[in-house]
Amino acid sequence: MANEQSNSANPNVDLKYRRKKNAEEMKHQVITFTLMIFFTLIAFAAVGIEGFSHWFIKPVILLLAVVQVIFQLYYFMHMKHKGHGTIALFLFSGLAVGLITVLTFVTIVWI
Amino acid sequence: MDIICITFLHSEGHGIDFYVLGLQISGLGTLIAGINFLVTIINMRTPGMTYMRMPLFTWSTFVVSALILFAFPPLTVGLVLMMFDRMFGSNFFDVAAGGNTIIWEHLFWIFGHPEVYILILPAFGIFSEIFATFSRKRLFGYSSMVFATVLIGFLGFMVWAHHMFTTGLGPIANAIFAVATMAIAVPTGIKIFNWIFTMWGGSVKFTVPMLYAVAFIPSFTMGGVTGIMNASAPADYQFHDSYFVVAHFHYVIVGGVVLGLLAGITFYWPKMFGTMLSEKLGKVTFWTFLIGFHLTFFIQHFLGLMGMPRRVFTFLDNQGLNTGNMISTVGAFLMAFAVIVMVINIIMTSAKNEKVGNDPWGDGRTLEWAIPSPPPFYNFKQLPLVRGLDPYWVEKMEGKKEMTPAEPLGDIHMPNSSILPLTISFGLFVAAFGALYNMDDKTWTLPIIIVGLLITFVSMLIRSVKDDHGFHIHKEDLMDDKDKGGKA
Amino acid sequence: MQADERFTDATWPASPEKATLEGKNKYLGFWLFLGGETVLFASLFATYLALKDKVPNGDAALAKDLFELPLTFVATMLLLTSSLTSVYAMYHMKNNHFKQMQAWLVITVALGFAFLGLEIYEFNHYVHEFHHTFTSSAFGSAFYTLVGFHGAHVAFGLVWIISLMVRNARRGLNLYNAPKFYVASLYWHFIDVVWVFIFTVVYLMGMVG
Repeated sequence: MANEQSNSANPNVDLKYRRKKNAEEMKHQVITFTLMIFFTLIAFAAVGIEGFSHWFIKPVILLLAVVQVIFQLYYFMHMKHKGHGTIALFLFSGLAVGLITVLTFVTIVWI
Repeated sequence: MDIICITFLHSEGHGIDFYVLGLQISGLGTLIAGINFLVTIINMRTPGMTYMRMPLFTWSTFVVSALILFAFPPLTVGLVLMMFDRMFGSNFFDVAAGGNTIIWEHLFWIFGHPEVYILILPAFGIFSEIFATFSRKRLFGYSSMVFATVLIGFLGFMVWAHHMFTTGLGPIANAIFAVATMAIAVPTGIKIFNWIFTMWGGSVKFTVPMLYAVAFIPSFTMGGVTGIMNASAPADYQFHDSYFVVAHFHYVIVGGVVLGLLAGITFYWPKMFGTMLSEKLGKVTFWTFLIGFHLTFFIQHFLGLMGMPRRVFTFLDNQGLNTGNMISTVGAFLMAFAVIVMVINIIMTSAKNEKVGNDPWGDGRTLEWAIPSPPPFYNFKQLPLVRGLDPYWVEKMEGKKEMTPAEPLGDIHMPNSSILPLTISFGLFVAAFGALYNMDDKTWTLPIIIVGLLITFVSMLIRSVKDDHGFHIHKEDLMDDKDKGGKA
Repeated sequence: MQADERFTDATWPASPEKATLEGKNKYLGFWLFLGGETVLFASLFATYLALKDKVPNGDAALAKDLFELPLTFVATMLLLTSSLTSVYAMYHMKNNHFKQMQAWLVITVALGFAFLGLEIYEFNHYVHEFHHTFTSSAFGSAFYTLVGFHGAHVAFGLVWIISLMVRNARRGLNLYNAPKFYVASLYWHFIDVVWVFIFTVVYLMGMVG
């Protein structure tokens, strides 16, 4: 998480470069968003269209949700950038604890 | 809000509500403090202070804060469910309406087991510092110590159901949690041996903190051994809810955490208040406490095996339990005596108030011993340069009296004082007070809850919108202190 | 570097949210908080899954009777889009375009309000059409607690973003408030992450049965 201030002698050159980089990243975000909407449509369609077995639907829509969340975290929340190691460690630790909790609650609560 | 199922309440009165609301608020405070520690440790270490040069006390605080971050939310949820059941008539734990009481057990212990590591790990950290200091030797196996601390934190989340062996989760779940629990003995064993090897070959000085540390090893290990006994699920069916369990957890909590606290208080007292506690009275406290502790809790193993149940404040006469309980009581009085002596010790030394210097034990290894006792509110004038594990010791070995600064003397940026945290928590107090009596269908409670929450949220809003840039201690004021001229 | 110093486009740092120690600490602390929130919502999800369709008698509404695709779909689209608009706001923040950032935040907030309105309508609908209330069954309690916690997070986020916008409306961006905006947008994305699991696990999987 270094201070990312530029040391370039000519700030305007640097500015142009940064603007371009930001715009490029924004383009990626929009592509990500389009994919997310697409996944959402598939998930809703899988449930809306009659005829699929729920053994097929459930894993598929869960997988789509997981992919969407990875998009959110890595693109929208910028976890793909450098310096997010600690953050990823803590987030995934939390996720692990959460997953164990969910696993427990669907298996060993007398149901 | 319809409040309907007051008649179903299994615990009448406000005791449960008081504890739910109180835990909720203090849990929030703990969570925020945990995040604060984590951010401080990750972002604000002094130059040269790499992760693997951090004192073990800092490491254990770091791991504990991570445990707090992940263990308190399940408790929050469990308490919310109970609060909703009692206040608003929801049905989480009402079996007749489809509820399930096992989820409370799980949520509580998903928090509850990491919580016991939240208690013990700081004590482990304190003892690690004390062993190294008074053996005048660097901690044996520093990196394995760090590894063991992290591993204990990690495994701490995998074992909660060992509190629920008799709930009837089935043999598979019981087996998994039994094995995971026994696995924790491995990193704990690593630590025990590292402490012993730290003393081995060292020039050991038996000061009061060191006495506590030495006594901690066998005491805590006994608690660990009974822990393994409890961890084997079939045997636990016998031990469960008996005094054997009471003996076990008092051996780890009193033999570990309380000895750690007493050791830590004695060890850091001069750093906190600038004056040493009396060693003589400290030894009286130590011996009476240690003997009293073993007297109280050792016998309870046998009381438990003889069938004395826990969670019952009394026992039946003529069951052969009287003598054992008598011994236990005598021990408890001894511990009380020890604590009273400690209070007297504190009062006497505070009255005398003989000031001590930076490093009153003479063998300080870590950074805190390089600054005055008590430390100035800005701690270091110049951030120190850390050149190895036990940085102050490293400098001492090179014949220096103080740390090499890592920066020239300059203005120090400090945060402003603020009344807002107090008003935020005061609002929660008011709201909780209203909620406490809401169960009785009293109409005045609702406005009180709303007013309380308003105080809290408005304080938070003010904190958010009011700019607070802190202030600077100016270089000149720093130099005024003692050493005019400064050593930049 | 003074935190409330004025910047030109050229001097504005590339990552204004992390340019000061204060900002770095806020940023990391907030991410850690989100790690804790993950466990909080996981516990609520777990409770919901354990109590799903657990009702006192045969007349009570179950998940497959309650949920409808169109309503959930619209709510999902609103929230997903608001996530994109807040990305746009942060894009303009990085370029030091305060006006555009405010504009995108206004859209984000509007979408958030629409989502919240829809949720209120939805709860109202369940209560009146299906007698599916907070107190009618364990299923009801778990459903309203999970989705309600999320809704409360949305409401909190709205108040938060609005107060940031109002507070800074006249003075523009500086290194003191940039981390605040950034952290609020992280929070908003996190709400969206939770919603992705809610619409999948609660609604879609509820409809499948």
